[in-house]
Amino acid sequence: MSTAQTIRVDLQLIADMVQPGGRALDVGCGDGALLASLVAKSVDARGMELSQAGVNACVANGLSVIQGDADTDLRDYPDDAFDYVILSQTLQATRDPREVLRQMLRVGKHAIVSFPNFAHWQVRLRLVFGGRMPETPSLPHKWYDTPNIHLCSIDDFRALCRDMGVHVERAVVLNRNSRPIHMPPLLSNLFGEQAVFLLRR
Amino acid sequence: MLDDLTDAERKALAQCRSAVLGADRPLRLDCGVELGPYRVAYQTYGTLNADKSNAVLICHALTGDQFVADDHPVTGKPGWWESLVGPGKVIDPARYFIICSNVLGGCMGTTGPLASDPATNKPWNLRFPVVTIADMVRAQAALLDHLGIPGLFCVIGGSMGGMQVLQWAASFPKRVFAAVPIACAARHSAQNIAFHEVGRQAIMADPEWKGGDYRLHDTAPERGLAVARMTAHITYLSEQALQRKFGRNLQDRNALGFGFDADFQVESYLRHQGSTFVDRFDANSYLYITRAMDYFDLAGAHGGVLANAFKGTATRFCSISFTSDWLFPTRENRAIVHALNAAAANVSFVEIETDKGHDAFLLDEPEMFRTLSGFLKGAATVRGLK
Repeated sequence: MSTAQTIRVDLQLIADMVQPGGRALDVGCGDGALLASLVAKSVDARGMELSQAGVNACVANGLSVIQGDADTDLRDYPDDAFDYVILSQTLQATRDPREVLRQMLRVGKHAIVSFPNFAHWQVRLRLVFGGRMPETPSLPHKWYDTPNIHLCSIDDFRALCRDMGVHVERAVVLNRNSRPIHMPPLLSNLFGEQAVFLLRR
Repeated sequence: MLDDLTDAERKALAQCRSAVLGADRPLRLDCGVELGPYRVAYQTYGTLNADKSNAVLICHALTGDQFVADDHPVTGKPGWWESLVGPGKVIDPARYFIICSNVLGGCMGTTGPLASDPATNKPWNLRFPVVTIADMVRAQAALLDHLGIPGLFCVIGGSMGGMQVLQWAASFPKRVFAAVPIACAARHSAQNIAFHEVGRQAIMADPEWKGGDYRLHDTAPERGLAVARMTAHITYLSEQALQRKFGRNLQDRNALGFGFDADFQVESYLRHQGSTFVDRFDANSYLYITRAMDYFDLAGAHGGVLANAFKGTATRFCSISFTSDWLFPTRENRAIVHALNAAAANVSFVEIETDKGHDAFLLDEPEMFRTLSGFLKGAATVRGLK
């Protein structure tokens, strides 16, 4: 695995949140880009991926990945099996996001979650003034074929964490170019296109 | 005591290595019997490196043998896993010291029902103790001791070979760095036991079987064994593959024969499978080895919880299944993966899309080769193999 490999900015941000030497599970690991960068920084990283093509690509690259579903297969892992359980851009596509989050924080000491912000100003404009379901760069699907069945805003996610008694260790809000923005919550919920949360029980 | 060989055994032993073990330390079998001395026939490819860290054990399936990558001494056909093992292949003798031994109970040189009981000097036949997958693995471990190999870089096998892989990981976790169970299960299902029973009944219903003592009567239950093979062979394929290969095509005729000859190509194919099998396999061995598979239940041996079999394991696992395999379907392989997850083991799992059924693990499946190649490369890096 090449250590010089460049990965998406939001994935790099997640990778930076993981301490070297720890154990991590990347749920919905896709083609293994984040996994590979974690392995390169001496993290004992494992993956779970729904698509067969993704799993096969990962294993063929020497990564430890199983085919599995965030909604159903996290419960097969014992408590505290990992230091970090990562769910990148997938929470909104799960059937039961609250249960998935609960399982992540049971299996892992920390959870890292990234998701698109449904309260981004473009989304609001399109729905309020366009009268149409929003389609944006981070939410490119039509309403009838979107995998995203449980969309939320950054504030919604904070509320869920409060409700579940989950501690937010870090929250990073990213703009359209995946650069961190530093604004008060009200504004970041308007201008942030996606967010990355580092959570613990 | 071990010398009353069949032709097949004689030919096999002439083309492989063998060791007589257990003279001083008999093998304690699951059934309680102490077996020894016993012979293990095995084949090796490549060379053991200086720190003895590059050994790969290949475990063969029900009717397989030690001739993984060289011509079969009886049939002359290429080795059964030449697609995977050999120079330039995924498991390359230039890199690994590859070992494959005929299983305990087998008929290609390793001690089984064909051998003679040292106590009576008469052939064991059905008096041979019933062996288990764990017993087969014990014999393999004894062979490794004999060869001075402390641990395996990898143990790999499909079907019954996969069962042995799981048993290795459970019985000798410290001796197994990486384990690749392919198209298998942690326990034999009711349906699979049922199919085996049909095969065994076919053998035992053959008047030539003579209570297992056919060699004493200079006969062989070839019809029974052929029927057993024909039944089993159907379970190795898939409905789609049979349809694709044969459909309702007629064999060497243009119209139905209105009789019971092999009208259909599929009948002719199965008859051929049956009749060629009896040339290279022993009927009693077939009884014993199918029984070993029936008895396999790794969870049962660990308090009913499969994860307990892998508790605290440091072995890296790669499990592979095939979409059209209905003998060891994906859900059986996935149950193993779930248990490994529950034991927090390092595990990869891939399901390969194919219509070739259970036999796919023996065939040219590029996706399987890519998976294995990637997994082994990753494991070799961690193990520090060049």
